[in-house]
Amino acid sequence: MPETSRRGLLFGTAAVSAGAFLTACTSNEPKEKAAAQSNQPAADDKPGTPVTIGFAGPQADHGWLNAINVNAKSRAEKYSEVTLEITEGSNDTAAQIGQVKTLINKKVDVLVVLPADGKALTQVGLEAMRAGIPVVNLDRVFASPQAYRCWVGGDNYGMGLNAGHYIGEQLKDKADAKVVELAGIDNLELTKQRSQGFADALKNYSNIKLVARQAADFTVESGQAKMAQLLQAQKQFDALWNHDDDQGVGALRAIQQAGRDEFIMVGGAGAKSAMDAIKADDSVLKATVLYPPTMAASAIDLARALGQSKGVAGLAEMEIPTSLTLYSAVVTKENIDQYLPTGFS
Amino acid sequence: MTQPAPSAQHHGPEKGTVPGPAAAPPSKKGGGLRALGLRVDVRNLSLLGVLAVLIAVGGITEPEAFLDTGNLQLILTQSSVIGVVTVGVTFVIISGGIDLSVGAMVALASVWATTLATQEYGFAGILFTAVVVGLAAGLVNGLLISYGGMVPFIATLAMLASARGLALQITDGKTQIVTVQSVLDLGLPDSYVLGIPPLVLVFAAVTVAGWLILNRTTFGRRTVAVGGNAEAARLAGIDVRRQRLYLYLLSGLCCGIAAFMLVILSGSGQNTNGNLYELDAIAAAIIGGTLLSGGRGTIVGSVLGVLVFTTITNIFALNNLQSDVQQIAKGAIIVAAVLVQRRTLRGGET
Repeated sequence: MPETSRRGLLFGTAAVSAGAFLTACTSNEPKEKAAAQSNQPAADDKPGTPVTIGFAGPQADHGWLNAINVNAKSRAEKYSEVTLEITEGSNDTAAQIGQVKTLINKKVDVLVVLPADGKALTQVGLEAMRAGIPVVNLDRVFASPQAYRCWVGGDNYGMGLNAGHYIGEQLKDKADAKVVELAGIDNLELTKQRSQGFADALKNYSNIKLVARQAADFTVESGQAKMAQLLQAQKQFDALWNHDDDQGVGALRAIQQAGRDEFIMVGGAGAKSAMDAIKADDSVLKATVLYPPTMAASAIDLARALGQSKGVAGLAEMEIPTSLTLYSAVVTKENIDQYLPTGFS
Repeated sequence: MTQPAPSAQHHGPEKGTVPGPAAAPPSKKGGGLRALGLRVDVRNLSLLGVLAVLIAVGGITEPEAFLDTGNLQLILTQSSVIGVVTVGVTFVIISGGIDLSVGAMVALASVWATTLATQEYGFAGILFTAVVVGLAAGLVNGLLISYGGMVPFIATLAMLASARGLALQITDGKTQIVTVQSVLDLGLPDSYVLGIPPLVLVFAAVTVAGWLILNRTTFGRRTVAVGGNAEAARLAGIDVRRQRLYLYLLSGLCCGIAAFMLVILSGSGQNTNGNLYELDAIAAAIIGGTLLSGGRGTIVGSVLGVLVFTTITNIFALNNLQSDVQQIAKGAIIVAAVLVQRRTLRGGET
């Protein structure tokens, strides 16, 4: 959401959703132009001054992370003046710090960092900022706002909230409805946020009760194992929220093996396989809540804008915002065609 | 739970020339004679006791969900994949070695078997690939250790790293969903034989084969001898190097079979498959009474160890315990199980 700054008030603010921001990235439509200096919308496709963007992400050992890398690379290729310096992904904090340092030494113009561990990478983010290299912090947030110029990432709490509201609306007329939650890795902050959002949403529906919650590991194998247990423990329930579509592949397999279909299932993240299942409408999976990997493409856009001292098209601001939280849209059979292209495998 | 008389199991023909300290432990006591004159291992009896207590806990806390055919099928199915891996690992540990790469080998074999190119070859192609990749990885481990002179811990640690890396490279981080119907069908209830899932039958077959090999063949006796005292075994005319090579091959073979089973179970291949299997398998073997220093161990004990773990997980999930509580309780139960075993064993000795 745009902040209402002094200058913003002068030119009039426009309430623009994050979704509109994304589409605006590819549009040439001239918005209200900022009067001052060289500030222009970030998103015009006209090549600006050359920008070298350094990109450091974690190891792509998961479908979503792989999609992050793919999105970053293909977005950078779209811009003829953008050079992407990409490091080998690593889940080892020390290794990733070394990689970011290498990018600093190479004197890239802007850095995009998706840290394996946000807190642990804070120091090197500060180092980059002190060296005059603006940092776009992707998804896992640094401990200090001084360590980045702009943060862009997903809304884990919103995922839970939207999943809960979707399920709530589906079951609102059902008395004593039972809901089951298959959570992600329990020692991750994001899992707690997703569960909290889900619990908060369900508070709006007094007829619905969360009867069981088990945590899996974001893997197919763990999804199958934990779901099989949940199905054994709960002989009958009305809805299932699964935090992650990768473990959802295993969960769906367990559901198939148990021969159960009395409930609806809502997934999370937005994997291609989940979207295909929603479109086919031949399983319990009826919806998935997005955690869009397109955020990596947006991070490249923002990095390019930073490198070229531009603002963001569609916003009145002359500078890009300091933080941008993406919307966790609920993808159902009704809107599947719109989102299918963003599905990752 | 049944064992031949100690002398036959431990030393066989090598007995006279294997004087190592770990080679002649008073490992089996009492238990009474069973049919065929087989002795029952006290340690396994105590594990059966632990299992009985767990079953009682499950039956009391969740009578409806726990005491039900579907749940028995579930516990056995969930024990199957890790169970097969554990049988292989047990052999390696009895020989005084260690295999840290089992989880990574399962991952590598499963993703190689489920690459789209291989899926075109159907059921046989996937099975063949999984087994061959498992054997190949085991062969590399064995060669590095036997003829490269590497410490098993390091060689298999290196395999852990590179096999996981290779699995990641093959999948590119993607989940490979299996489309071969004949493979998928084996994981569905229609394929159950007399109510027993095919995966459980494979697990049972591997267990029986493992028991026979360890207790009824020269290969088994040599394995125990090498673990008890490698130098003495060498002097007794055993080709220790070749024996070790075969053992890591065996572990790799078990991983290949387990990988295929996992593909059937999950309907997919993923580079994260077999995550932490090395710890689970080693823990199950140790709980089952296998000495980490080698020279002693039983297949039945290991399988009971696996069943204890799976039953614990099952009871936790049925009671809807959260993961933090599960982890604490699991740790406590491992300690308790080992202490009970120690006590029973000491009681038997004195």
